[in-house]
Amino acid sequence: MEGTYDVAIIGAGVCGANIARRLSAYELDVALLDKEADVSFGVSKANSGIVHGGFHHNKKYLKARLEIQGAMMFDRLKAELDFPFVRCGIVVVALHEDEIRAVEQLYAQGVENGAIGIEMCSRERMLELEPSLSRDALGGLYAPGGGIVEPYRFVFSLVESAAKNGVRLLTGWEASGAIREGEAWSLRASDGRSLRARYVVNCAGLYADEVSRIFGAEDYAIKGRKGEYYLLDKLTRAKPGRVVFPVPTSVSKGMLIVPTVEGTVLLGPTASAIDDKGDAATTKEQLETILRSARNMIPDISETDVITSFAGIRSILGEDYYIDASAKVPGFIQVAGIQSPGLTASPAIGEYVKDLLKKAGLVLVEKADWDPCVAKLPRAKDLSPFELDALVAEDPAYGEIVCRCERVTEAEIVAAIRRGHTTLDGIKYFTRAQMGRCQGGFCTYKILKILMRETGMSWDRITKHGRESTVLRGEL
Amino acid sequence: MRELSFDAVVIGGGAAGMAAALELEARGHAVAIVEREERLGGILAQCVHNGFGLIEFDEELTGPEFAERFEEKVGARPIKVLCGCTVLSLEAEGQDKVVSCVSSAEGVIALRSRAVVLAMGCRERNRGNIRIPGSRPAGVYTAGLAQRLVNVEGYVPGKDVVIIGSGDIGLIMARRMSWIGCKVHAVVEILPYPSGLTRNIVQCLRDFGIPLYLSHLTTEIYGRDRVEGVEVAPIENGALMTAKAFRIPCDTVLLSVGLVPENELSRTAGVTINPMTSGPWADSSLMTSVSGVFACGNVLHVHDLVDFVVEESRRAGAFAAAWLAGARPGREVRVKAGSNVRYVAPARVEAGRDNKLYLRTMIVKNDALLEVKLDGKVLLSSKKNHVQPSEMITLKLGKAELAGAAELPDASIEISIL
Ligand SMILES: Cc1cc2nc3c(=O)[nH]c(=O)nc-3n(C[C@H](O)[C@H](O)[C@H](O)COP(=O)(O)OP(=O)(O)OC[C@H]3O[C@@H](n4cnc5c(N)ncnc54)[C@H](O)[C@@H]3O)c2cc1C
Ligand SMILES: Cc1cc2nc3c(=O)[nH]c(=O)nc-3n(C[C@H](O)[C@H](O)[C@H](O)COP(=O)(O)OP(=O)(O)OC[C@H]3O[C@@H](n4cnc5c(N)ncnc54)[C@H](O)[C@@H]3O)c2cc1C
Repeated sequence: MEGTYDVAIIGAGVCGANIARRLSAYELDVALLDKEADVSFGVSKANSGIVHGGFHHNKKYLKARLEIQGAMMFDRLKAELDFPFVRCGIVVVALHEDEIRAVEQLYAQGVENGAIGIEMCSRERMLELEPSLSRDALGGLYAPGGGIVEPYRFVFSLVESAAKNGVRLLTGWEASGAIREGEAWSLRASDGRSLRARYVVNCAGLYADEVSRIFGAEDYAIKGRKGEYYLLDKLTRAKPGRVVFPVPTSVSKGMLIVPTVEGTVLLGPTASAIDDKGDAATTKEQLETILRSARNMIPDISETDVITSFAGIRSILGEDYYIDASAKVPGFIQVAGIQSPGLTASPAIGEYVKDLLKKAGLVLVEKADWDPCVAKLPRAKDLSPFELDALVAEDPAYGEIVCRCERVTEAEIVAAIRRGHTTLDGIKYFTRAQMGRCQGGFCTYKILKILMRETGMSWDRITKHGRESTVLRGEL
Repeated sequence: MRELSFDAVVIGGGAAGMAAALELEARGHAVAIVEREERLGGILAQCVHNGFGLIEFDEELTGPEFAERFEEKVGARPIKVLCGCTVLSLEAEGQDKVVSCVSSAEGVIALRSRAVVLAMGCRERNRGNIRIPGSRPAGVYTAGLAQRLVNVEGYVPGKDVVIIGSGDIGLIMARRMSWIGCKVHAVVEILPYPSGLTRNIVQCLRDFGIPLYLSHLTTEIYGRDRVEGVEVAPIENGALMTAKAFRIPCDTVLLSVGLVPENELSRTAGVTINPMTSGPWADSSLMTSVSGVFACGNVLHVHDLVDFVVEESRRAGAFAAAWLAGARPGREVRVKAGSNVRYVAPARVEAGRDNKLYLRTMIVKNDALLEVKLDGKVLLSSKKNHVQPSEMITLKLGKAELAGAAELPDASIEISIL
């Protein structure tokens, strides 16, 4: 039995993390549970990382209202939590005459939604904004308020802040059973652990349908839709200054070109229905369509710049989000079908769920000593030679460059491990080591050694992303 | 922040960096070597197999033994060696070059010099570069990383192995993994011929009965947490035969799909890169497009033998020394890759002296002809018993042969394999 909580949040993706941090401001005992070895290992790690511009969806949808509200909360969150986020702006490019009509509709929707600074662009204005665009561009739309974020770093910061304010994080905790005992839920994990909670929030992403069933709540089915991506090297010539969108199709916003905050370029996502929600494999057919589509907009894109490919899976449940108190069982809040723009909407989802819990009877008393800020971790790649020199004098591990491609020092790897990121992928998402052009070819063995030294784990317990993903198979 | 001054700074302390530094010091210049690892030697440290130094020392050494011999030579000379020290940037400031580097012991140091020798070696191409689709489980490694894990760290990355690409490191790892009791199920190569040296095909695959699938593309890596296998399909007459695809179960995939010179530092310093080699464009004295910055070894173009690396790097050191002493190249003639030649390095020769060139062909052929033309007229042709892309070809162009070029304005030399 791992204690009794006021609220247990199932799923530490961007939704669960925002809800946890919001609740951490009140006098409550909160547990944040995730089945994976680290937080943000679900949908929230593999997406486009866009803070949307408020013009893609009609306000009649809850998702559009939460998107607009969530997008406005990012500047404050960044100031408090120190995660990579920039309002670089978004352009939508029309390549045909009829696409101009579609862009006009997006513009009207943006104005209606109150998207700040949104404008229609002539061909000339478009090419001035983004000189790398195809000469075939006919014009488009510019939304200066849109931005880009590193989604896993956002989640890590939120969870760090929540934990700092008392939220208990339990990873490797797969909710597999629940019974109502008096005024609370008794939850069981697949490994036999258990805990009690008066309220449960289901934000299990792709598996929210299964979790709902476990609680005897509403019966629904979440389908997966895969989106594949290519990532390009920082030194690519084809890097736009803003996020470049094509005109959307009926199923998705189309394949984008995203200049990530960390300087690489992301191409994608594709959209294909899948039966197995765990199937994040990339496919030859889909990957080929990405390059074709991206080159239509920016002809300079070259496949020699590709450093990796990956896929993310959208949780599809109808047109809109399903965020509400269960009508079937007490003390159970559903946060399901959070497809795009879920990342953008997530801070607002935190607010919304807090209010739902209050309506359901949870008493909210503000903590007097709530601290919204987390300590800023210096990153060698962002420092001037003088700053780095001063830092090495304090902590020599800042003088040990472990990942040459992304310039990550031993001190940063150690910081990641001390914050609980103890898998190779967790360290990668926290520090960027193994994320650059050599994809870990040079630094993996160094990280393995630091990981063993810092945690005392033996070689056979080191994994890439938890579960059975062991990295080494023997010792000589 | 400390600042130190030298005549020349060598970036990278592998075979190339050491050979270049020794040559500079021997000509009376104050030299520093900056190396990010704790010891000199570079990639040689993990190449515990024999086969190094046949030309240089006339005996068969292992990689670490070869490195040690050079380390001793460097240690015996007044060369400043900064190990555990990573170069962060290279900038030209007027006549000077400033190399800034960081180490845990000394913090950030600025090294000021007139000449710089780039000797940063190369890195391995990875899964993303060759775009193998599929899932992203644990158990996919570059062959060089596996070599490091086995030979230096003492760990076994996996037991049932498929190697993608038939580069030398992959072939050597096929043998190494077999020796430590792992099963290597296949080596899969997209090209119709192996990318590694013939001696490695024989000694590392045939002697162990490891199948080599030529003209086969790896179409998928599968497995959710750990690799469970790869899917492979033959290529026939240029077309991928998906109907004939088959699966090879394994828990480990090693990639040996080529090396790329590490030139990010060079690029930020303004050095122009040759897209064919991914190394700097170099003139006849191995000087890059930035005056006073030279390059040699695997950072210039990928070599297959350390002996060639050493030979080229000595010349780079000597050229840098001459440049420091005020010498400038005389009349240079452009060198172009002609038929069936991927690249020639360097891409210029000096008319007034003997020159040495390295080139790689694009074809496999017996009884080939190497032909050198000056403005369309054959200057030289020589027979080659056998040529293949994995074996670098060396070529000397003497003062005598180039005599005619000195008179022609705008002359160019073209080298072909026929
Ligand atoms: C291809 C793609 C591109 C996208 N691009 C954007 C974009 O640019 N901008 C934007 O705003 N949005 C975007 N989105 C949407 C956004 O990524 C998602 O809406 C958001 O990440 C959903 O977060 P979540 O917390 O609901 O889900 P998740 O991140 O999946 O979190 C759910 C968590 O629950 C855990 N879990 C599941 N079952 C259990 C259990 N039984 N017990 C314990 N834990 C459990 C999982 O391990 C997981 O960590 C994109 C989505 C995709 C797929
Ligand atoms: C795996 C492998 C197997 C081989 N097997 C054989 C063989 O059997 N026989 C044979 O004759 N040849 C073999 N070779 C070829 C030959 O050994 C190498 O080509 C040669 O050693 C390369 O020397 P180098 O100095 O150019 O590069 P490297 O040895 O790679 O040295 C480059 C050095 O630069 C350092 N460096 C890079 N960037 C920085 C920076 N920013 N700051 C500080 N330091 C930096 C690196 O740490 C490294 O030590 C093999 C090569 C490889 C890669």
